[in-house]
Amino acid sequence: MSAVDLRGFGWRHAGRKAWAVRGVDLRVERGERVLLLGPSGAGKSTLLAALAGLLADDSGEREGIAEIDGLDTRKARERVGIVFQDPETQLVMSRIGDDVAFGLENRGVPRAEIWPRVAAAVEAVGLDHPLDRATHALSGGEQQRLALAGVLALRPDLLLLDEPTANLDPAGADLVRASLRRATDRDTTVIMVEHRLAEVVPFVDRVVVLAPGGGVRADGPPDRVFAEHGAALAADGIWVPGQPLPAPRRAAGAPGEVLVTADRLALAPRLAPTDLSVRTGEAVAVLGPNGVGKSTLALLLGGLLTPTGGRVVASSVLAGTDAARPPHRWRAADLTARIGSVFQDPEHQFVASTVRDELAVGPRKLGRPLGIVDALLERLHLGHLARANPYTLSGGEARRLSVATALAAAPRLLLLDEPTFGQDRRTWIELVALLADLRDEGHGVLTVTHDPAFVEALADRRLTL
Amino acid sequence: MTTAAVMVRSDAPLARRNPVAKLVAATVFAVGVLSTLDPLTPALAIAAELVLLPFFGVRYGTLLRRGWPLLLSVFGVVLTTILFGANRGGDTVFALGPLDVTTGVLTVALGLALRLVALALPGIMVFATTDPTDLADALVQNAKAPARFAIGTLAAFRLVPLLGQEWQALRMARRARGIDAGGNPVAAARLFASTLFALLVGAIRRGTRLATAMDARGFDSGTPRTHAREQRFARADWLFLLGAVLLTGLILTVSIATDTFRPVIG
Repeated sequence: MSAVDLRGFGWRHAGRKAWAVRGVDLRVERGERVLLLGPSGAGKSTLLAALAGLLADDSGEREGIAEIDGLDTRKARERVGIVFQDPETQLVMSRIGDDVAFGLENRGVPRAEIWPRVAAAVEAVGLDHPLDRATHALSGGEQQRLALAGVLALRPDLLLLDEPTANLDPAGADLVRASLRRATDRDTTVIMVEHRLAEVVPFVDRVVVLAPGGGVRADGPPDRVFAEHGAALAADGIWVPGQPLPAPRRAAGAPGEVLVTADRLALAPRLAPTDLSVRTGEAVAVLGPNGVGKSTLALLLGGLLTPTGGRVVASSVLAGTDAARPPHRWRAADLTARIGSVFQDPEHQFVASTVRDELAVGPRKLGRPLGIVDALLERLHLGHLARANPYTLSGGEARRLSVATALAAAPRLLLLDEPTFGQDRRTWIELVALLADLRDEGHGVLTVTHDPAFVEALADRRLTL
Repeated sequence: MTTAAVMVRSDAPLARRNPVAKLVAATVFAVGVLSTLDPLTPALAIAAELVLLPFFGVRYGTLLRRGWPLLLSVFGVVLTTILFGANRGGDTVFALGPLDVTTGVLTVALGLALRLVALALPGIMVFATTDPTDLADALVQNAKAPARFAIGTLAAFRLVPLLGQEWQALRMARRARGIDAGGNPVAAARLFASTLFALLVGAIRRGTRLATAMDARGFDSGTPRTHAREQRFARADWLFLLGAVLLTGLILTVSIATDTFRPVIG
């Protein structure tokens, strides 16, 4: 009997016309480690939710068979554990030990057995904090390892991982993967979804590629699947190892006038005094470990936070006669016409109910013609989504829209916080090309990033905090 | 947001009592104070509460630092009552422009202020000395509250501090998009409403994700739950409850005996 047996499996969410996933035939044997791939929208997460028994019968339509160890997935929940992407919303309790114990309590494990199992699981994922440490004081990577411990303490036969490192910085993601390698033995079947393949391929024995229209497109050992389908997968946006990226683009000429200068700029306790300037026609990357104040620097430069020390000086090229005043004192409409800030979470910036209206917000505020809206829809490949609600967009679409909204007010200076975070390969390539174009058109571009490939592809200059 | 956290990690004798016992005791006390409109009863209650405070391990300084919003609202209540109170009987103490401030209105204002403080203090004592997890555990184990409610609420409250950060991010993001109120109160109200809406949308999404994660770990699946940490309702807790009842009775007796008791009902 296979650990996982899917035959003609399909699921359609209630109220949707299209099937989220359909026609999937897949057998996974006990102890196998499977990487599940497919373009965005191919139903990978839905399939994992189905295997975890999390698709309630009244929330959609099911077809075919989905079994774990010969049991219907809805009756096999105790055999399955799942780790999701977002660390914040997986932790239930406010202390490390209590959180790991939560699942054990739910399963009715006797108290005498709970604490030894908690201690073992916490140790297995390499968290060396006391069990009464507050969960909110942990870094994202630590929280994600804690979530893994909470699942492993339940000793699942089948471990499902839904992009467990997508929200983490590279160092945190490395530690999560190391914990995963150390903490799972060959009795545990693993099925994982991941975007960044190079790092996880050594961990898996088998790659299964879902086709967007339904069914399985490819299935086999990683080397063979990537050799046969690598180029097609890369074109779909999957980060296939070994597939080349476009050549880096450096600035065509020397940078022009200074747009903005940070002079001993500080915000205690988040950012120590920092000097920096950004000119027209250059792309600057701000690097540094977590918590050093990179995002804070971008917010200060963007006039969104008030510094506690030093100052932000806008040049007359950027602000005209308003240059005497610091950006955090500018009116919002003036600010958006001069400095475009793109936040890490695109959804924070959405204020309208359609993509088109979203792009029109800036020009309307400034009393400018709306012609730029269509130009941007075209340029960022959002035309077919003009009437969609911004909150319904996929990750890559939402990222493109958030960049487009900043461009709609035609600012000379662009500040982007982790624009490539969690993006698929296609969106990534498009973003690099777009930002390089904007730089060459005379914009100043400052990017806060953890992404070495992005820095390599675009940055003319780097500042490490 | 920090007020929701435990102010003091205390081994003081009363702080260590079972959270359910503390909650019930505070309720008994509050009902006693609420049963009368006179100023003496709440004054006695406040005196008793202040005497008990050290036994909960709460320092007076800490109370003052954390309790200032309470004092501020008390001041607001007094001022509003003096300005708009209907009871204008008694002698005029002084005139505030066209307003006569009378002994009648001052008594009412004082009574309200004392009641507010007398009601709030026990709540502060309970929540300042009780870990929310312990409270939820005790509610489930000792008061037989459904785990779905107690643990579910606990988990939801864990997300509350995120709302503060989220609010700040949403405000900054709106400013970056060129949206501010520019000193116009109507625009300010609209901006506030739209930001609040975005905050709610985000909160609901996070809540849904959290609920799914809890589901996936077997929460509320029908299996009888065990408890990793035992909460005992010991004899000391019964004695503590009895003490609260006796103290409330004593205070009410004093106020009835001195003929100041003015029952809310009747």
